[in-house]
Amino acid sequence: MDWMKIGSALLILMMIIFLFPRARQMLKESPEAKPGDWQGAILPILAVVGFVLLLIVMV
Amino acid sequence: MNRLDYSVARTASDALQVNKVIRNTYTLLSATLFFSALMAAVSVAISMPPMTYLLSVGGAMLLIWFVLPRTANSASGLGVVFGITGLMGFGLGPLLEMYLSLPNGSQIVGTAFGGTGVIFLGLSGYALTTRKDFSFMGGFLFAGMLVVLFGALANIFLQMPAFSLAISAVVIMLMSGFILYDTSRMIHERDSNYVVMTVSLYLSIFNIFVSLLQILGMTSDD
Repeated sequence: MDWMKIGSALLILMMIIFLFPRARQMLKESPEAKPGDWQGAILPILAVVGFVLLLIVMV
Repeated sequence: MNRLDYSVARTASDALQVNKVIRNTYTLLSATLFFSALMAAVSVAISMPPMTYLLSVGGAMLLIWFVLPRTANSASGLGVVFGITGLMGFGLGPLLEMYLSLPNGSQIVGTAFGGTGVIFLGLSGYALTTRKDFSFMGGFLFAGMLVVLFGALANIFLQMPAFSLAISAVVIMLMSGFILYDTSRMIHERDSNYVVMTVSLYLSIFNIFVSLLQILGMTSDD
């Protein structure tokens, strides 16, 4: 195993360790979505997915 | 001042504060993106070795975790932001060099660059014009990021190209969600800090660019 793999694994592990408490806190404290909220978020993200597919076809 | 006058005055002052945070964030973001691109160009010009990416991103993460929280409310926070974005830009050098060496490398890099810009401007414009509150997405986005990190960690050892492609696709969707979430925070959170918001938006843009490079590189005909 080369040093790049070990280094990458250590960096990702550090990110997980630092992100875990924040993610747990956010899951507890995030406000509940109201009806229609998710729709308002998913539509632009789906547009991004479509745009990326277009870029893939273009290249 | 009666209660109505007070409410109107407070709303106007809130709106001014929001506009100030948005203006400062986008001004600083533009400057840091330019600086980051400059550092990436320097890194490509002097042909930095592949390890540079890991060391630069690692260094930038240490600054984000340990230095930024202590300096975000002071003038030195600006220097830290340039340090973070400069390091991350410099780390991109070996990655860009690898893609530029492909037969259609310049097209891949150009498309990823332009595509990232369109995605960021489109999502920011959407969040700013609709003024929707995306704070409900916070828990989902952070949990999703954790899942992606576990997947990326596993793939270092599994080395599955299809899984790598799937991770990049999920990262683009998550970072798009983070752009909506952060832009909405600038509008709806009264105490949002433009230094922190700049770093947060920069990280989303950086991750979208790197993931797009990977997707376009893997799916390219050449």
